Amino acid sequence: MIEIENISKWYDAFQVLIDCSAAVAKGEVVVVCGPSGSGKSTLIKCVNGLEPVQKGRISVGDQEVTSKSTNLTALRAHIGMVFQHFELYPHMNVRQNLCLAQEKVLKRSRQEAVARAESLLDRVGLAEHIDKFPAQLSGGQQQRVAIARSLAMDPIAMLFDEPTSALDPEMINEVLDVMVELAKDGMTMMVVTHEMGFARKVADRVIFMDAGAIVEDRPTADFFSAPESDRARDFLSKILHH
Amino acid sequence: MFNLDLGVIVQSIPFLWQGMQLSLTLTFLAVCGGIFFGTILALMRLSGFLPLSLLSATYVNLIRSVPLILVIFWFFFLVPLAVGRPIGGFYSALIAFVLFEAAYYSEIIRAGIQSVAVGQVQAGRSTGLNYWQIQRYIVLPQAFRNMIPILVTQGIILFQDTSLVFVVSLRDFMTATSIIARTEGRLIEMYLFAALVYFVICYAGSLLVRRLEVRAA
Repeated sequence: MIEIENISKWYDAFQVLIDCSAAVAKGEVVVVCGPSGSGKSTLIKCVNGLEPVQKGRISVGDQEVTSKSTNLTALRAHIGMVFQHFELYPHMNVRQNLCLAQEKVLKRSRQEAVARAESLLDRVGLAEHIDKFPAQLSGGQQQRVAIARSLAMDPIAMLFDEPTSALDPEMINEVLDVMVELAKDGMTMMVVTHEMGFARKVADRVIFMDAGAIVEDRPTADFFSAPESDRARDFLSKILHH
Repeated sequence: MFNLDLGVIVQSIPFLWQGMQLSLTLTFLAVCGGIFFGTILALMRLSGFLPLSLLSATYVNLIRSVPLILVIFWFFFLVPLAVGRPIGGFYSALIAFVLFEAAYYSEIIRAGIQSVAVGQVQAGRSTGLNYWQIQRYIVLPQAFRNMIPILVTQGIILFQDTSLVFVVSLRDFMTATSIIARTEGRLIEMYLFAALVYFVICYAGSLLVRRLEVRAA
Protein backbone atom coordinates (compact mmCIF):
# COMPACT_ATOMS: atom_id res chain seq x y z
CA MET A 1 0.00 0.00 0.00
CA ILE A 2 2.76 2.43 1.01
CA GLU A 3 6.13 2.04 -0.61
CA ILE A 4 9.13 4.16 0.25
CA GLU A 5 12.19 3.55 -1.87
CA ASN A 6 15.59 5.04 -1.14
CA ILE A 7 14.42 8.50 -0.24
CA SER A 8 16.79 11.24 0.88
CA LYS A 9 15.88 14.72 1.98
CA TRP A 10 17.91 17.80 2.80
CA TYR A 11 17.16 21.06 4.57
CA ASP A 12 19.78 23.19 2.83
CA ALA A 13 23.02 21.37 3.55
CA PHE A 14 21.62 19.31 6.42
CA GLN A 15 20.46 15.85 5.46
CA VAL A 16 17.37 14.89 7.47
CA LEU A 17 16.59 11.60 5.72
CA ILE A 18 19.29 9.27 4.49
CA ASP A 19 18.37 6.66 1.90
CA CYS A 20 15.24 5.43 3.69
CA SER A 21 13.26 2.47 2.38
CA ALA A 22 10.19 0.87 3.91
CA ALA A 23 6.87 -0.60 2.94
CA VAL A 24 3.48 -0.96 4.58
CA ALA A 25 1.22 -3.65 3.14
CA LYS A 26 -2.56 -3.32 2.97
CA GLY A 27 -4.06 -3.84 6.42
CA GLU A 28 -0.68 -3.71 8.10
CA VAL A 29 0.15 -1.54 11.14
CA VAL A 30 3.70 -0.24 11.25
CA VAL A 31 5.08 1.78 14.15
CA VAL A 32 7.96 4.17 13.53
CA CYS A 33 10.00 5.02 16.61
CA GLY A 34 13.33 6.52 17.50
CA PRO A 35 14.91 9.37 19.44
CA SER A 36 13.66 12.90 18.78
CA GLY A 37 15.28 14.51 15.79
CA SER A 38 15.75 11.15 14.11
CA GLY A 39 13.54 12.13 11.17
CA LYS A 40 10.46 10.01 11.89
CA SER A 41 7.96 12.90 11.62
CA THR A 42 9.66 14.12 8.46
CA LEU A 43 9.49 10.61 6.99
CA ILE A 44 5.75 10.29 7.61
CA LYS A 45 5.06 13.76 6.18
CA CYS A 46 6.85 12.72 3.00
CA VAL A 47 4.38 9.87 2.52
CA ASN A 48 1.51 12.22 1.62
CA GLY A 49 3.80 14.81 0.08
CA LEU A 50 3.46 17.46 2.78
CA GLU A 51 7.25 17.45 2.75
CA PRO A 52 9.00 17.09 -0.61
CA VAL A 53 11.91 14.71 -1.02
CA GLN A 54 14.93 15.39 -3.19
CA LYS A 55 15.78 11.77 -3.99
CA GLY A 56 13.93 8.49 -4.12
CA ARG A 57 10.40 7.31 -4.82
CA ILE A 58 7.24 7.03 -2.73
CA SER A 59 3.97 5.51 -3.79
CA VAL A 60 0.66 5.04 -2.06
CA GLY A 61 -1.89 2.65 -3.53
CA ASP A 62 -1.28 2.76 -7.26
CA GLN A 63 -0.15 6.38 -7.32
CA GLU A 64 3.31 7.81 -7.11
CA VAL A 65 3.63 10.64 -4.58
CA THR A 66 7.01 11.72 -5.88
CA SER A 67 5.95 11.94 -9.53
CA LYS A 68 5.33 15.42 -10.90
CA SER A 69 2.35 14.27 -12.93
CA THR A 70 0.46 13.02 -9.88
CA ASN A 71 -2.38 15.20 -8.62
CA LEU A 72 -1.17 15.36 -5.03
CA THR A 73 -4.24 17.23 -3.80
CA ALA A 74 -6.50 14.44 -5.05
CA LEU A 75 -4.22 11.74 -3.66
CA ARG A 76 -4.07 13.35 -0.20
CA ALA A 77 -7.84 13.22 0.09
CA HIS A 78 -7.49 9.43 0.36
CA ILE A 79 -4.65 9.37 2.90
CA GLY A 80 -5.71 10.30 6.42
CA MET A 81 -3.29 12.16 8.64
CA VAL A 82 -3.41 12.83 12.36
CA PHE A 83 -1.12 15.44 13.85
CA GLN A 84 0.66 15.84 17.16
CA HIS A 85 -1.20 19.07 17.92
CA PHE A 86 -4.56 17.88 16.51
CA GLU A 87 -4.90 20.86 14.16
CA LEU A 88 -8.65 21.08 14.42
CA TYR A 89 -9.92 24.31 12.88
CA PRO A 90 -10.51 26.50 15.95
CA HIS A 91 -13.08 28.77 14.27
CA MET A 92 -15.36 25.88 13.32
CA ASN A 93 -17.39 23.56 15.51
CA VAL A 94 -16.88 19.80 15.47
CA ARG A 95 -19.52 19.23 12.81
CA GLN A 96 -17.96 21.82 10.49
CA ASN A 97 -14.50 20.39 11.12
CA LEU A 98 -15.72 16.99 9.97
CA CYS A 99 -17.80 18.23 7.05
CA LEU A 100 -15.51 20.79 5.36
CA ALA A 101 -13.38 18.45 3.26
CA GLN A 102 -16.23 15.97 2.74
CA GLU A 103 -18.24 18.71 1.07
CA LYS A 104 -15.48 20.62 -0.70
CA VAL A 105 -13.31 17.70 -1.81
CA LEU A 106 -15.59 14.66 -1.99
CA LYS A 107 -18.57 16.84 -3.04
CA ARG A 108 -20.88 15.11 -0.60
CA SER A 109 -24.16 16.84 0.17
CA ARG A 110 -24.58 18.50 3.54
CA GLN A 111 -26.88 15.69 4.76
CA GLU A 112 -24.50 12.95 3.63
CA ALA A 113 -21.54 14.70 5.25
CA VAL A 114 -23.34 15.28 8.52
CA ALA A 115 -24.60 11.70 8.62
CA ARG A 116 -21.05 10.42 8.10
CA ALA A 117 -19.75 12.86 10.74
CA GLU A 118 -22.36 11.69 13.24
CA SER A 119 -21.62 8.02 12.75
CA LEU A 120 -17.85 8.58 13.09
CA LEU A 121 -18.25 10.74 16.19
CA ASP A 122 -20.37 7.98 17.64
CA ARG A 123 -17.60 5.53 16.84
CA VAL A 124 -14.99 7.61 18.72
CA GLY A 125 -17.43 8.19 21.59
CA LEU A 126 -18.04 11.91 21.04
CA ALA A 127 -21.50 12.03 19.47
CA GLU A 128 -22.82 14.48 22.05
CA HIS A 129 -20.04 17.00 21.33
CA ILE A 130 -20.91 17.68 17.69
CA ASP A 131 -21.90 21.33 18.30
CA LYS A 132 -18.89 22.22 20.44
CA PHE A 133 -15.83 24.15 19.37
CA PRO A 134 -12.37 22.58 19.70
CA ALA A 135 -11.43 24.89 22.59
CA GLN A 136 -14.31 23.42 24.61
CA LEU A 137 -12.88 19.90 24.36
CA SER A 138 -10.03 18.20 26.21
CA GLY A 139 -6.87 17.27 24.33
CA GLY A 140 -7.89 13.63 24.14
CA GLN A 141 -11.31 14.54 22.80
CA GLN A 142 -9.79 16.90 20.25
CA GLN A 143 -7.49 14.19 18.98
CA ARG A 144 -10.38 11.76 18.67
CA VAL A 145 -12.29 14.38 16.68
CA ALA A 146 -9.20 14.80 14.48
CA ILE A 147 -9.13 11.05 13.85
CA ALA A 148 -12.83 11.13 12.98
CA ARG A 149 -12.17 14.05 10.62
CA SER A 150 -9.59 11.97 8.75
CA LEU A 151 -11.82 8.89 8.67
CA ALA A 152 -14.66 10.95 7.20
CA MET A 153 -12.68 11.03 3.96
CA ASP A 154 -12.76 7.20 3.76
CA PRO A 155 -8.97 6.97 3.57
CA ILE A 156 -7.15 3.96 2.14
CA ALA A 157 -4.41 4.43 4.74
CA MET A 158 -3.87 6.50 7.89
CA LEU A 159 -0.72 8.31 8.96
CA PHE A 160 -0.26 9.26 12.63
CA ASP A 161 2.41 11.77 13.59
CA GLU A 162 2.99 11.38 17.34
CA PRO A 163 -0.75 11.44 18.05
CA THR A 164 -0.39 11.21 21.84
CA SER A 165 2.78 13.25 22.47
CA ALA A 166 0.94 16.48 23.26
CA LEU A 167 -1.60 14.83 25.57
CA ASP A 168 -1.81 14.71 29.33
CA PRO A 169 -1.05 11.16 30.49
CA GLU A 170 -4.61 10.39 31.56
CA MET A 171 -5.89 11.12 28.06
CA ILE A 172 -3.46 8.98 26.12
CA ASN A 173 -5.44 5.76 26.44
CA GLU A 174 -8.69 7.12 25.09
CA VAL A 175 -6.86 8.02 21.87
CA LEU A 176 -4.89 4.75 21.72
CA ASP A 177 -8.12 2.78 22.23
CA VAL A 178 -9.58 4.40 19.12
CA MET A 179 -6.40 3.60 17.19
CA VAL A 180 -6.41 -0.04 18.37
CA GLU A 181 -10.02 -0.40 17.20
CA LEU A 182 -9.05 1.05 13.85
CA ALA A 183 -6.14 -1.38 13.54
CA LYS A 184 -8.40 -4.31 14.38
CA ASP A 185 -10.81 -3.18 11.68
CA GLY A 186 -8.03 -3.68 9.17
CA MET A 187 -6.97 -0.09 8.49
CA THR A 188 -3.54 0.33 6.96
CA MET A 189 -1.63 2.46 9.46
CA MET A 190 1.77 4.07 9.76
CA VAL A 191 2.24 5.43 13.25
CA VAL A 192 5.06 7.57 14.61
CA THR A 193 4.87 7.10 18.37
CA HIS A 194 6.74 6.45 21.58
CA GLU A 195 3.87 4.35 22.92
CA MET A 196 5.57 0.98 22.98
CA GLY A 197 2.52 -0.63 24.65
CA PHE A 198 0.52 0.30 21.57
CA ALA A 199 3.27 -1.04 19.30
CA ARG A 200 3.35 -4.37 21.16
CA LYS A 201 -0.40 -4.71 21.04
CA VAL A 202 -1.21 -3.94 17.40
CA ALA A 203 1.90 -3.31 15.31
CA ASP A 204 2.92 -5.91 12.77
CA ARG A 205 6.33 -4.35 12.41
CA VAL A 206 8.46 -1.72 14.09
CA ILE A 207 10.74 0.65 12.21
CA PHE A 208 13.48 2.18 14.30
CA MET A 209 15.13 5.38 13.06
CA ASP A 210 18.19 7.23 14.21
CA ALA A 211 19.91 10.29 12.74
CA GLY A 212 17.80 10.28 9.59
CA ALA A 213 18.31 6.62 8.70
CA ILE A 214 16.16 3.53 9.17
CA VAL A 215 18.25 1.37 11.46
CA GLU A 216 15.85 -1.52 12.01
CA ASP A 217 12.68 -2.72 10.34
CA ARG A 218 11.49 -5.92 11.96
CA PRO A 219 8.46 -7.87 13.15
CA THR A 220 7.26 -6.41 16.44
CA ALA A 221 8.05 -9.41 18.64
CA ASP A 222 11.61 -9.65 17.29
CA PHE A 223 12.22 -5.96 17.73
CA PHE A 224 11.29 -6.02 21.40
CA SER A 225 12.86 -9.36 22.33
CA ALA A 226 16.09 -9.05 20.41
CA PRO A 227 16.88 -5.68 18.82
CA GLU A 228 19.85 -6.04 16.50
CA SER A 229 21.48 -2.66 16.80
CA ASP A 230 23.08 -1.11 19.86
CA ARG A 231 21.18 2.09 19.21
CA ALA A 232 17.79 0.38 19.26
CA ARG A 233 18.76 -1.57 22.39
CA ASP A 234 19.87 1.65 24.05
CA PHE A 235 16.65 3.42 23.01
CA LEU A 236 14.44 0.61 24.30
CA SER A 237 16.28 0.39 27.61
CA LYS A 238 15.71 4.10 28.11
CA ILE A 239 12.02 4.20 27.36
CA LEU A 240 10.90 0.82 28.69
CA HIS A 241 12.35 0.99 32.18
CA HIS A 242 9.94 3.59 33.43
CA MET B 1 -10.30 86.31 26.36
CA PHE B 2 -12.14 85.16 23.25
CA ASN B 3 -15.60 86.07 22.34
CA LEU B 4 -16.83 82.60 21.38
CA ASP B 5 -19.90 82.35 19.22
CA LEU B 6 -21.23 78.79 19.36
CA GLY B 7 -24.27 79.74 17.30
CA VAL B 8 -22.21 79.62 14.14
CA ILE B 9 -21.59 75.94 14.73
CA VAL B 10 -25.25 75.13 15.21
CA GLN B 11 -26.20 77.05 12.07
CA SER B 12 -23.64 75.29 9.93
CA ILE B 13 -24.39 71.74 11.10
CA PRO B 14 -26.29 70.70 7.92
CA PHE B 15 -23.36 71.91 5.81
CA LEU B 16 -20.81 70.18 8.04
CA TRP B 17 -22.86 66.97 8.04
CA GLN B 18 -22.65 66.88 4.24
CA GLY B 19 -18.88 67.03 4.61
CA MET B 20 -18.93 64.35 7.27
CA GLN B 21 -20.96 62.08 5.01
CA LEU B 22 -18.28 62.38 2.37
CA SER B 23 -15.54 61.65 4.90
CA LEU B 24 -17.37 58.59 6.21
CA THR B 25 -18.30 57.29 2.77
CA LEU B 26 -14.76 57.66 1.55
CA THR B 27 -13.41 55.96 4.68
CA PHE B 28 -15.85 53.06 4.43
CA LEU B 29 -15.25 52.42 0.73
CA ALA B 30 -11.49 52.82 1.05
CA VAL B 31 -11.35 50.39 3.99
CA CYS B 32 -13.36 47.78 2.06
CA GLY B 33 -11.37 48.26 -1.14
CA GLY B 34 -8.07 48.45 0.73
CA ILE B 35 -8.73 45.19 2.56
CA PHE B 36 -9.83 43.48 -0.65
CA PHE B 37 -6.77 44.48 -2.67
CA GLY B 38 -4.55 44.22 0.40
CA THR B 39 -5.56 40.57 0.74
CA ILE B 40 -4.66 39.93 -2.89
CA LEU B 41 -1.30 41.68 -2.44
CA ALA B 42 -0.60 39.68 0.72
CA LEU B 43 -1.44 36.38 -0.97
CA MET B 44 0.79 37.34 -3.92
CA ARG B 45 3.60 38.21 -1.54
CA LEU B 46 3.28 34.87 0.27
CA SER B 47 2.61 32.81 -2.86
CA GLY B 48 6.15 31.48 -3.07
CA PHE B 49 6.06 32.31 -6.79
CA LEU B 50 8.87 34.80 -7.26
CA PRO B 51 7.44 37.13 -9.98
CA LEU B 52 4.16 37.59 -8.09
CA SER B 53 5.89 38.07 -4.80
CA LEU B 54 8.35 40.60 -6.27
CA LEU B 55 5.57 42.50 -7.99
CA SER B 56 3.65 42.78 -4.73
CA ALA B 57 6.73 43.76 -2.71
CA THR B 58 7.68 46.43 -5.25
CA TYR B 59 4.21 47.90 -5.28
CA VAL B 60 3.94 47.98 -1.49
CA ASN B 61 7.37 49.54 -1.02
CA LEU B 62 6.78 52.11 -3.74
CA ILE B 63 3.42 53.24 -2.37
CA ARG B 64 4.69 53.32 1.17
CA SER B 65 7.58 55.55 0.15
CA VAL B 66 5.44 58.38 -1.18
CA PRO B 67 3.12 60.74 0.70
CA LEU B 68 -0.59 60.03 0.39
CA ILE B 69 -1.24 63.55 -0.87
CA LEU B 70 1.02 62.84 -3.83
CA VAL B 71 -0.88 59.67 -4.66
CA ILE B 72 -4.14 61.63 -4.55
CA PHE B 73 -2.64 64.15 -7.00
CA TRP B 74 -1.36 61.43 -9.28
CA PHE B 75 -4.72 59.85 -9.69
CA PHE B 76 -6.50 63.13 -10.08
CA PHE B 77 -4.32 63.95 -13.07
CA LEU B 78 -3.42 60.46 -14.35
CA VAL B 79 -6.75 58.69 -14.39
CA PRO B 80 -8.40 61.22 -16.76
CA LEU B 81 -5.44 60.77 -19.12
CA ALA B 82 -5.85 56.99 -18.97
CA VAL B 83 -9.61 56.86 -19.47
CA GLY B 84 -9.80 59.87 -21.76
CA ARG B 85 -12.26 61.94 -19.72
CA PRO B 86 -12.36 63.53 -16.27
CA ILE B 87 -13.81 61.21 -13.64
CA GLY B 88 -14.20 63.82 -10.92
CA GLY B 89 -12.53 64.38 -7.61
CA PHE B 90 -14.48 61.77 -5.70
CA TYR B 91 -13.60 58.76 -7.85
CA SER B 92 -10.00 59.76 -8.33
CA ALA B 93 -9.64 60.28 -4.57
CA LEU B 94 -11.34 56.95 -3.90
CA ILE B 95 -9.01 55.12 -6.27
CA ALA B 96 -6.02 56.82 -4.69
CA PHE B 97 -7.15 55.90 -1.17
CA VAL B 98 -7.91 52.28 -2.09
CA LEU B 99 -4.57 51.77 -3.80
CA PHE B 100 -2.68 53.56 -1.05
CA GLU B 101 -4.42 51.75 1.78
CA ALA B 102 -4.08 48.40 0.00
CA ALA B 103 -0.32 48.68 0.48
CA TYR B 104 -0.68 49.24 4.22
CA TYR B 105 -3.42 46.66 4.64
CA SER B 106 -1.39 44.08 2.76
CA GLU B 107 1.38 44.29 5.34
CA ILE B 108 -1.13 43.88 8.17
CA ILE B 109 -2.84 40.98 6.41
CA ARG B 110 0.46 39.34 5.58
CA ALA B 111 1.35 39.32 9.28
CA GLY B 112 -2.13 38.01 10.07
CA ILE B 113 -1.79 35.14 7.60
CA GLN B 114 1.62 34.28 8.99
CA SER B 115 0.14 34.19 12.50
CA VAL B 116 -1.96 31.15 11.54
CA ALA B 117 -0.16 27.95 12.54
CA VAL B 118 1.58 26.00 9.77
CA GLY B 119 -0.14 22.88 11.07
CA GLN B 120 -3.52 24.32 10.10
CA VAL B 121 -2.44 24.49 6.48
CA GLN B 122 -0.99 20.98 6.68
CA ALA B 123 -4.26 19.71 8.15
CA GLY B 124 -6.15 21.27 5.25
CA ARG B 125 -3.74 19.87 2.68
CA SER B 126 -3.84 16.42 4.23
CA THR B 127 -7.60 16.25 3.67
CA GLY B 128 -7.20 17.12 0.01
CA LEU B 129 -8.29 20.74 0.11
CA ASN B 130 -6.62 22.87 -2.55
CA TYR B 131 -4.74 26.14 -2.01
CA TRP B 132 -7.76 28.41 -2.51
CA GLN B 133 -10.03 26.32 -0.31
CA ILE B 134 -7.42 26.34 2.46
CA GLN B 135 -7.08 30.13 2.26
CA ARG B 136 -10.82 30.70 2.02
CA TYR B 137 -12.04 28.35 4.75
CA ILE B 138 -9.07 27.87 7.10
CA VAL B 139 -6.38 30.55 6.93
CA LEU B 140 -8.13 33.84 6.14
CA PRO B 141 -10.98 33.45 8.67
CA GLN B 142 -8.46 32.87 11.44
CA ALA B 143 -6.12 35.58 10.15
CA PHE B 144 -8.89 38.19 9.99
CA ARG B 145 -10.12 37.25 13.43
CA ASN B 146 -6.63 37.95 14.80
CA MET B 147 -6.34 41.16 12.78
CA ILE B 148 -9.64 42.91 13.48
CA PRO B 149 -8.26 45.34 16.10
CA ILE B 150 -5.39 46.51 13.93
CA LEU B 151 -7.61 46.74 10.85
CA VAL B 152 -9.91 49.06 12.78
CA THR B 153 -6.91 51.10 13.95
CA GLN B 154 -5.82 51.51 10.33
CA GLY B 155 -9.39 52.56 9.50
CA ILE B 156 -9.18 55.35 12.11
CA ILE B 157 -5.95 56.61 10.56
CA LEU B 158 -7.61 56.48 7.18
CA PHE B 159 -10.57 58.51 8.46
CA GLN B 160 -8.17 61.24 9.59
CA ASP B 161 -6.37 61.09 6.26
CA THR B 162 -9.57 61.76 4.32
CA SER B 163 -9.06 65.43 5.24
CA LEU B 164 -6.43 65.51 2.49
CA VAL B 165 -9.06 65.43 -0.26
CA PHE B 166 -9.30 69.21 -0.16
CA VAL B 167 -6.42 69.16 -2.67
CA VAL B 168 -8.78 67.83 -5.33
CA SER B 169 -11.54 70.27 -4.32
CA LEU B 170 -13.68 67.75 -2.48
CA ARG B 171 -15.65 69.05 0.47
CA ASP B 172 -15.06 66.64 3.32
CA PHE B 173 -15.77 67.47 6.95
CA MET B 174 -12.47 69.29 7.48
CA THR B 175 -12.83 71.31 4.31
CA ALA B 176 -16.42 72.21 5.15
CA THR B 177 -15.24 73.40 8.56
CA SER B 178 -12.57 75.58 6.95
CA ILE B 179 -15.04 77.12 4.57
CA ILE B 180 -17.39 78.15 7.38
CA ALA B 181 -14.46 79.31 9.53
CA ARG B 182 -13.24 81.63 6.84
CA THR B 183 -16.49 82.92 5.45
CA GLU B 184 -17.92 83.57 8.91
CA GLY B 185 -14.60 84.72 10.34
CA ARG B 186 -15.00 82.25 13.21
CA LEU B 187 -11.72 80.33 13.00
CA ILE B 188 -11.35 79.48 16.67
CA GLU B 189 -14.85 78.13 17.17
CA MET B 190 -14.84 76.08 14.02
CA TYR B 191 -11.38 74.57 14.42
CA LEU B 192 -12.02 73.75 18.07
CA PHE B 193 -15.25 72.09 17.04
CA ALA B 194 -13.52 70.12 14.28
CA ALA B 195 -10.89 68.93 16.73
CA LEU B 196 -13.60 67.85 19.15
CA VAL B 197 -15.47 65.90 16.48
CA TYR B 198 -12.33 64.11 15.26
CA PHE B 199 -11.38 63.36 18.86
CA VAL B 200 -14.77 61.88 19.74
CA ILE B 201 -14.92 59.69 16.64
CA CYS B 202 -11.33 58.48 16.80
CA TYR B 203 -11.37 57.97 20.56
CA ALA B 204 -14.57 55.95 20.28
CA GLY B 205 -12.81 53.94 17.59
CA SER B 206 -9.84 53.26 19.81
CA LEU B 207 -12.13 52.18 22.67
CA LEU B 208 -13.72 49.76 20.24
CA VAL B 209 -10.25 48.46 19.32
CA ARG B 210 -9.46 47.89 22.99
CA ARG B 211 -12.65 45.90 23.47
CA LEU B 212 -11.91 43.84 20.38
CA GLU B 213 -8.40 43.15 21.66
CA VAL B 214 -9.76 41.91 24.97
CA ARG B 215 -12.19 39.67 23.17
CA ALA B 216 -9.52 38.31 20.84
CA ALA B 217 -7.14 37.53 23.71
